[in-house]
Amino acid sequence: MQEIKREVLVNKAKELLSDGTVDRVLGWKRGEFDYDVTPGVFRSAEELDSGFVWGDFCGANFSKYLVKETAKGEGRVLVFLKPCDTYSFNQLLTEHRFDREKVYALGVPCNGMLDISRIKESAEGIVSVCEEDGKVTADTLYDGKKTFDRDALLPDRCSNCKSKKHVAYDELLGSDGEVLDSGRFDEVEKLEKMTADERFAFWQGELSRCIRCNACRDVCPACTCEKCVFDNPDSGVENKAAADSFEEKMFHIIRAFHVAGRCTDCGECSRVCPQHIPLHLLNRKFIKDIDEFYGEYQAGAEVGSRAPVVNYTTDDIEPSQAVERGEQNA
Amino acid sequence: MQRIGVFVCHCGTNIAGTVDVKAVAEALKNEPGVVFSTDYQYMCSQSGQNMIKEAVAEHRLTGIVVCSCSPRMHEATFRKTAQAAGLNPYMVEIANIREQCSWVHKDMPIGTEKAVILAKAAVAKVNLNAPLTPGESPVTKRALVIGGGIAGIQTALDIADAGFPVDIVETKPTIGGKMAQLDKTFPTLDCAACILTPKMVDVAQNEKIRIFSYSEVTDVKGFVGNFDVTIKRKARYVKEDVCTGCGLCTEKCPQKNVPNEFNLGMDNRRAIYIPFAQAVPKVATIDPNYCTMLKTGKCGVCSKVCTAGAIDYSAKDEYIEERYGAIVAATGFNPISMEKFDEFAYSQSKDVITSLELERLMNAAGPTGGTLLRPSDGEHPHTIVFVQCVGSRCAACEQKGKEYCSKICCMYTAKHAMLIRDKYPDTDVYVFYIDVRTPGKNFDEFYRRAVEEYGVHYIKGMVGKVSPEGGKLKVQASDLIYGKQLHIDADLVVLAAAIEPDKSARGLATMLTASMDTNDFFTEAHPKLRPVESPTAGVFLSGTCQGPKDIPETVAQAGAAASKVIGLLAKDKLLGNPCVAHSDEMMCNGCSTCEKVCPYGAITYQDKEFRMPDRTTKVRRIAVVNEAVCQGCGACTVACMSGAMDLRGFSSKQIMAEVDAICK
Repeated sequence: MQEIKREVLVNKAKELLSDGTVDRVLGWKRGEFDYDVTPGVFRSAEELDSGFVWGDFCGANFSKYLVKETAKGEGRVLVFLKPCDTYSFNQLLTEHRFDREKVYALGVPCNGMLDISRIKESAEGIVSVCEEDGKVTADTLYDGKKTFDRDALLPDRCSNCKSKKHVAYDELLGSDGEVLDSGRFDEVEKLEKMTADERFAFWQGELSRCIRCNACRDVCPACTCEKCVFDNPDSGVENKAAADSFEEKMFHIIRAFHVAGRCTDCGECSRVCPQHIPLHLLNRKFIKDIDEFYGEYQAGAEVGSRAPVVNYTTDDIEPSQAVERGEQNA
Repeated sequence: MQRIGVFVCHCGTNIAGTVDVKAVAEALKNEPGVVFSTDYQYMCSQSGQNMIKEAVAEHRLTGIVVCSCSPRMHEATFRKTAQAAGLNPYMVEIANIREQCSWVHKDMPIGTEKAVILAKAAVAKVNLNAPLTPGESPVTKRALVIGGGIAGIQTALDIADAGFPVDIVETKPTIGGKMAQLDKTFPTLDCAACILTPKMVDVAQNEKIRIFSYSEVTDVKGFVGNFDVTIKRKARYVKEDVCTGCGLCTEKCPQKNVPNEFNLGMDNRRAIYIPFAQAVPKVATIDPNYCTMLKTGKCGVCSKVCTAGAIDYSAKDEYIEERYGAIVAATGFNPISMEKFDEFAYSQSKDVITSLELERLMNAAGPTGGTLLRPSDGEHPHTIVFVQCVGSRCAACEQKGKEYCSKICCMYTAKHAMLIRDKYPDTDVYVFYIDVRTPGKNFDEFYRRAVEEYGVHYIKGMVGKVSPEGGKLKVQASDLIYGKQLHIDADLVVLAAAIEPDKSARGLATMLTASMDTNDFFTEAHPKLRPVESPTAGVFLSGTCQGPKDIPETVAQAGAAASKVIGLLAKDKLLGNPCVAHSDEMMCNGCSTCEKVCPYGAITYQDKEFRMPDRTTKVRRIAVVNEAVCQGCGACTVACMSGAMDLRGFSSKQIMAEVDAICK
């Protein structure tokens, strides 16, 4: 259950539409099922009334949508941002990807969004999902009513939420939280403790399921290149990736390198992966290394910050130290 | 399709001794694009170059691969040859089959195989090469010398003598450096101040030279001919142009307990001070860490006694920006810290000192007025032990000392021993050494004199331990020639501490994008043939920042660096490097990553209107490279996620083609 009610969001959006602050609203709308919520653009009070959704399946991070949406016209866009979305928002501003003047950002608190695949593991044909007192009940076609603890349905990005604090907004609905001391690197540490062979086997097991649907890239707020190297035959990258029996790794490793220092750990890549590959762990490994090598750095915590990987200070570790550490982990 | 000629050089037996050059030429014949392949004894010779020119004409070559030595040696030669033959000079690639093959391999089949692979990579690259034309840039006719020791002083004087303006930036309140702290100089034993101070005065009086003392370089942008440098002028709280250097303030200042760094902390100075009598500029400086007025707002004595009205407690650090055509690093050295050498009891006894401290104890302007007295009790020492190589040639103890020889210690220790025996003949002087190294004009004669005429006890062996006991220093040492342990009760122990580059050098190297070795000495462009140039164009090296050296060598190198600077400043225009970055505006998304990694500030952004396929227009932010400023380092090309940024002459595709050729 989310702390703030749908009506509050809808009413605020209507108000900002009617007083001309914005001319369109980037919000969540119902897809084919209750739990299947997709981003949508609303232009009127009527559209908001009929289509706007707010609840436990509103995981989508709208920051990236602003790149295209703000380029479409002169008017301002209203966008709803959960705490983790605000980091992506700032990071995109750092990279000059959209015009801040064309956006009205409403911060909304978040209690964590549910991962429908966790329900699907034991319940087929979900008709509806409702929640009461921390228990989530799914009404299904084939398995009757199934009840779960809400906490057990949270994806990694929410159970290890890094921050309930909004780092960017024009107006905040409800209350703001704090940056949390989460255990988001615990899984990475487990991977680090593996031998190189075990780790390779782990990633081969995960990444071999990849169907190269590009959903992770398309949703990633850090992937906003005019032309992705993987869509550019001239870059030669695609050929190289295909020249290997375990080619999927190249796509994901190259992508992780491209977003290194820019990834805010919003977790959208893992949310949208139809194959449930824990892609966020790759990015978190980079974040953890950057923290350890150069001091803690959170991409998107502020606009205009310089990621350590594109910065130089005399305190930077020597390359030899990095190599030494790499050898220890091998 | 290119028509490529391959020329494999024997380099006498340098290459042909380990690489089957005929086989290399033969193997390359079938590479795509190659229409001619041959070998020759010396490609760089006149007849070798003529061979290339004839082949270009005969086979209508469009590209050339020379398999020879490092491109650092002869790339320029073969580019000129290509140009003379009517080709664009950038259609030449060098496959380095000497440094990377014959010199590092012993086995001919392996060396040959690698040479073929490297040559194939070069051919793959030439297939994608395009003609390039360098641009021109102007030269700012002003030089910057960083460091005001004897190296910086000599370099500045020589540059100014040729008529070019020079600025010296020195972190200390005065120029003079380490030489100003020395007493006498080997091997002639003339007084350091007597030969240094005239040069300091020359600098002060030279209209072409400006001295920025008590200042440091905080930022360097730009490139050869046009370096934009920010200099921080630290607040000295005394107006430099008003202070007469009378020194009254330094006598009246009530804060008397400030360790005097000029005498290495062996006596005290005031909070307002002039480092030494012949300081240049002769201007007082207030030490903000000790000045009561600056710390508490109560005092103001110096301001009251200053008849010139030079004191300004409200002074702030100032930053000035200046453009220079050339920069000389002359940051000098320091003795290493003796902290880690506890076996010599440096931290336990005041009577264990470093050689530089001994210089001050023997100097007339030093803490003892030139009489050699023990720091602990002010008595004359009668037994003195010198320990050589403290932290030098210290391969086994990398954490403690330095692997290299500090070079000057053997000679200055001989000097110290000789001077002490001369002035105090009742003193026993022992010198413990690993080797005595005295190459140099009149150097060995000097050392022999110390031993033979002055009766200094030179003992081959190292001191194991020094322990202070009952007012004496118990020295345990081994005599390797007699194979016995020695126990000496010494009054004074002098440690010949290794020297290391000044700590500021590392930060400076980063600003200058000049490279350093593992010991933080600046690296020269070529250890033999370009000893005073840094690999970074327009940056030159003078003095001990490049490696340990004594005063004569330093002065010689300083002059050499100056002549290189003069050669550069005498030019009106410099030909640029056409291998610069450029951005594909259709792919650039204006994210600013390239700008952040560019060390030269060569990248800016502009909003540009693009026509979209549906006839609408879209304004996008895109990166633009200033080709005159870009140095072609390639940092931006690897930082660019989408690959919009690429380097002419070293495009990602060319490099990928080389890698493919190697991995095939």
